[in-house]
Amino acid sequence: MKFTLQYKRYSEKAILIEWPSEINKNILKDLLSYKKQIEYKSIESVVEVITGYNSLLICYDITIDDFYEKVEALKLLYASNFLKLDTNTKLWEIPVCYSLDLAPDLKEYAATKSLTIDEVITLHTTLVYTVYCIGFLPGFLYLGGLDENLFLPRKKTPSLKVKKGSVAVGGNQTGIYPEDSPGGWHVIGKCPLGFFNVYTEPPCVFEPGDTIRFTSVDVAEYNDIRSQVYENKYLLKSTSI
Amino acid sequence: MIGKVKVLQTNFYATIQDQGRFGYAKFGVPKSGAMDQFSFIMANLLLNNDENAACIEFAFQDLVLEFSDTTMIALTGASIDAFLNNDGVQMYRRINVTKGDVLKIKNYKKGVYGYVGILKGFLNPTVLKSRSYYKSITTNFCLKKNDELSYAVGEYTDFQFSNITRPLLFDDRETLKAYPGPEFSLLSEKQQSVVSDSNFTISRNINRMAIVLEEQLVNDFASMLTGPVLPGTVQLTPSGSLIVLMRDCQTTGGYPRILQLSEASINYIAQKQVGGTFRFRVSNTF
Repeated sequence: MKFTLQYKRYSEKAILIEWPSEINKNILKDLLSYKKQIEYKSIESVVEVITGYNSLLICYDITIDDFYEKVEALKLLYASNFLKLDTNTKLWEIPVCYSLDLAPDLKEYAATKSLTIDEVITLHTTLVYTVYCIGFLPGFLYLGGLDENLFLPRKKTPSLKVKKGSVAVGGNQTGIYPEDSPGGWHVIGKCPLGFFNVYTEPPCVFEPGDTIRFTSVDVAEYNDIRSQVYENKYLLKSTSI
Repeated sequence: MIGKVKVLQTNFYATIQDQGRFGYAKFGVPKSGAMDQFSFIMANLLLNNDENAACIEFAFQDLVLEFSDTTMIALTGASIDAFLNNDGVQMYRRINVTKGDVLKIKNYKKGVYGYVGILKGFLNPTVLKSRSYYKSITTNFCLKKNDELSYAVGEYTDFQFSNITRPLLFDDRETLKAYPGPEFSLLSEKQQSVVSDSNFTISRNINRMAIVLEEQLVNDFASMLTGPVLPGTVQLTPSGSLIVLMRDCQTTGGYPRILQLSEASINYIAQKQVGGTFRFRVSNTF
């Protein structure tokens, strides 16, 4: 599926490509496929391609002195889509412990939403989420697909310290804090996994386009997984789809 | 042989920086690197170092360092007073250092960020292809008292530059070149004029992640979908704040991006003190 794209010069060394402004899986798929084309083609002096919900930023390591030529070449690449690229993505199973001890906001959140804790867990773990992009913090995944029954505006006064691994809801989004951070989202669970590790290549195993399903685990299992993660023995489950 | 620089006095603002981390923004890793890349590179050129050799970046408060062995250093960036064992030393030239020498940096006169370059650069661990300090990426995120920073001991005589004279030194610019950002066209003609013609002031709210300007620009923009941002991007928030993103900024943002500072302008604005003023020179020519 092809879209009408806008090409803008972002800076001396970067070009921004924008799709229509929507959160849409078809846009995401097209965006990521284009990104792969660009990376595969190993266009001279491209350092990296950064993605957003509906845009790509191509970063070069030298000043672009032929912007229009570059855009023409990029447009041709988009139109041709000559490479039948592997469009498999991964569906990850992410364990989360929805316990009052580990999730400081869970009780109040459930009460505010007029849901039982079990209902919160069911709603949060049933749907499959899509990773739209990565940003805000190293390893922070922007997830789309939260059940609208779980929407809750972020806290008026953010918490000064949301703990690493906190699974939270803010507005119409949900996500996992990859490290301790101030934050305004409501913490409803805790995840024993690490999302970013400077000592591994790549430092983050998740990619935009991947999908995630949360699975509820009890405190004992949470602690068990934590030890395994600490000893580098935990194998994150994923299926290729 | 490895020498050690012992940190005798420091503060939160002193870090190790190089040109920054490239290639990891897609995982949400900020670019980091020296706030004033120009002054940083000058320190390395003076010492005939690799351009990317790591330097100490310091700001706002005094810094005192003790050297364990022979080397050469150079001081660039913010105008400060520096003393080696109580003898005044000059900025922008190579300084010989021997065992036990103590370097004191104090009295910020002009500018904000200064650099201590050292022969062959500081040798702290490279993480994700850079030595730049960043919380949660590198073990240390600022210099602490009693830290010992490694360097390669030696004196070298094969130099191309002896010192850098005044014209290249500290340059407090009145106008900063900026390109229209992706959302510049959302601004009304009147708002665009305000951006191009007004004086802007550096607020107290400044750090390595962002510089907030005092002046506000009233707007009723809808929020936009989160998209990529770079150091130098100027965001406009719903409450009217203008935020100039700097080296440690996040890699994505949801506020309209109205301007993108030129690379040179990012270095100039880094050196503007609280209360400093400037105008944007908005231009489409790259």
